[in-house]
Amino acid sequence: MSTPLIRLENVTKTYPGTEAPAVGNLTMDVYEGEVLVLVGPSGCGKSTTLRLINRLIEPSSGRIYLHGEDVTDIDASELRRKMGYVIQQVGLFPHRTIAENIATVPKLLGWDKARIADRVDELLELVSMDPKSYRDRYPKELSGGQAQRVGVARALAADPDVLLMDEPFGAIDPITRDRLQNEFLRLQQDLKKTIVFVTHDIDEAIKMGNRIAILREASEIAQIDTPEFILSDPADEFVENFLGSGAILKGLTLKKVRDIDLHDIPALEMPVMRDEALKVLEQSPEKTAVLLDKDHKPLRWISEASLNRTSQPIEKSGKPITVDLQPEDTLQDALGVMLQSSVGMAVVVDRKGKYLGCCSIESLASLIIGGYGAQGAV
Amino acid sequence: MTVIGPPIAQRQTLAERLDLIVTPIFAVILGIVGGAVWLYSDIDDTTRAILAPEKLYTQLIETIILGFASSVLVILVAIPIGIAVTRRGLPRLKNFLVDTLGLAQALPAYGLIVLFFSWLGTGMFTVIVALATFSLLPVLRNTIVGLEQVDQAVIEAGRGMGYTKRQVLFQIELPLAVPVIIAGIRTAIVINIGMAALAFLVGGGGLGETINSGLKLDRNPAILIGAVLVAILALIFDFITAVAQRYLKPKGM
Repeated sequence: MSTPLIRLENVTKTYPGTEAPAVGNLTMDVYEGEVLVLVGPSGCGKSTTLRLINRLIEPSSGRIYLHGEDVTDIDASELRRKMGYVIQQVGLFPHRTIAENIATVPKLLGWDKARIADRVDELLELVSMDPKSYRDRYPKELSGGQAQRVGVARALAADPDVLLMDEPFGAIDPITRDRLQNEFLRLQQDLKKTIVFVTHDIDEAIKMGNRIAILREASEIAQIDTPEFILSDPADEFVENFLGSGAILKGLTLKKVRDIDLHDIPALEMPVMRDEALKVLEQSPEKTAVLLDKDHKPLRWISEASLNRTSQPIEKSGKPITVDLQPEDTLQDALGVMLQSSVGMAVVVDRKGKYLGCCSIESLASLIIGGYGAQGAV
Repeated sequence: MTVIGPPIAQRQTLAERLDLIVTPIFAVILGIVGGAVWLYSDIDDTTRAILAPEKLYTQLIETIILGFASSVLVILVAIPIGIAVTRRGLPRLKNFLVDTLGLAQALPAYGLIVLFFSWLGTGMFTVIVALATFSLLPVLRNTIVGLEQVDQAVIEAGRGMGYTKRQVLFQIELPLAVPVIIAGIRTAIVINIGMAALAFLVGGGGLGETINSGLKLDRNPAILIGAVLVAILALIFDFITAVAQRYLKPKGM
């Protein structure tokens, strides 16, 4: 992270007729390839800040740099063609087909027809829409989620380095929003765009951002840092209040199951003799074992007590394992599974369903206490 | 082409479908009435002289010219004004204009034509200017409304992607305002053709002369046939603009 891709320097925006600035003396850097999330209460000037970057709002004073070059006074329309722009209301042109909508910026830049057509198809596929069936449709035939996919495709059309997104998923139902967020994160892994993302939803900020800037009135930066750091070490009371009471729980979405040490709970592979099982259980610190089928897939929790209680065959004693975790799941998912599980633990399996180990509430707790503390240390 | 989306025809409302049917029906009915009057009433030489084909033909052409020229004038004046006042910084001018032109429309067309006569003298030009003034409001108002009802998010997206203000106007705002603007033009054209019957007052010609002669010489069939011709002409123009409205409407709306 050397020179910032975008730099706002002492940028102020004061609307005529008002005393207090909407954005006051803001200096902020956005580095190449990062997702910087601007988050803050409504009216804090986060959208205004975003629109200062592509100069939809002209700053009253201060300078804006792109690639280290002063772009405060260059032609604003030219500048905007280099930046993708996605807004909450999407704003697709209703009188143009999906393909024409996506082709907007390439056409402005004077690409030839064949190149535009190829690019449109490529982008539709990128946002998981079938080019053949969507190209020639009109925006009113799309659902909210589909419309925003097209909105994102349109913003990416001329392959801009910078993407500005103003609450892009704010008007979409929670289930679709979650899916779009995940798809977007997956896209970003490949595209590595520099993104400034505005939201009022701290959970979305934590999920999407490489860095988060928490803004208070007049776009004053209360804290700017990685989500982990902000969660573990809020700068002041304002940030703490904004994060809300569940900061630790929110932090769980940042960590994956593979980040914690798996508990070595002994496994019993079918077919297994009762005596053998009892011997293994005796040595197990938790007095618990996981019964696996012949493909190493976990079947049941077996405990000493449950074995002694009945004379039933071993594959019918203990408690069935209904949910399992994979290393890519977040710790928040893990916590949910553990709380549901009868033994306070969750089994972790690999992609093929093979048993890897268990994670327990204790290991989660020690990660929260130890791990965050270490990262948060000054 | 793909086979997606219901065909356009199914999405039309009842009003839209009736639009192109009702007008011709009325025109035909009026034509039948006119024909019946000509065939079954008492036609004397005076009536025949009033309704001489070559005379009627000239008057018909004059009426068309009056209606057409004044409508073109209205379009050329009202749409640019409508665009200008919806740009930023002129909201007061907009309200002033709409109010003033509302007054102009509240005046009887008769009075307006005479008013312009005292300024511009006799002739077709006077009538054209008077008619244009009278029918300016519907076009101006619809231009303003049409431009203002364009979704702000669409404009913002256009600006955000690098359209200049001019490109936003011509590629987004105006195409999206076309249906509303044409509806205003349609109203104006019907007003203009109808009011062109008053052109004879200041020597502007037109079918009003036939009606006037019929009144002066007390020949009812002449009055009726003159009136029917004016009405049919207005309906034909209405029909033409209705067709234009349908085919100029942007797809996808």
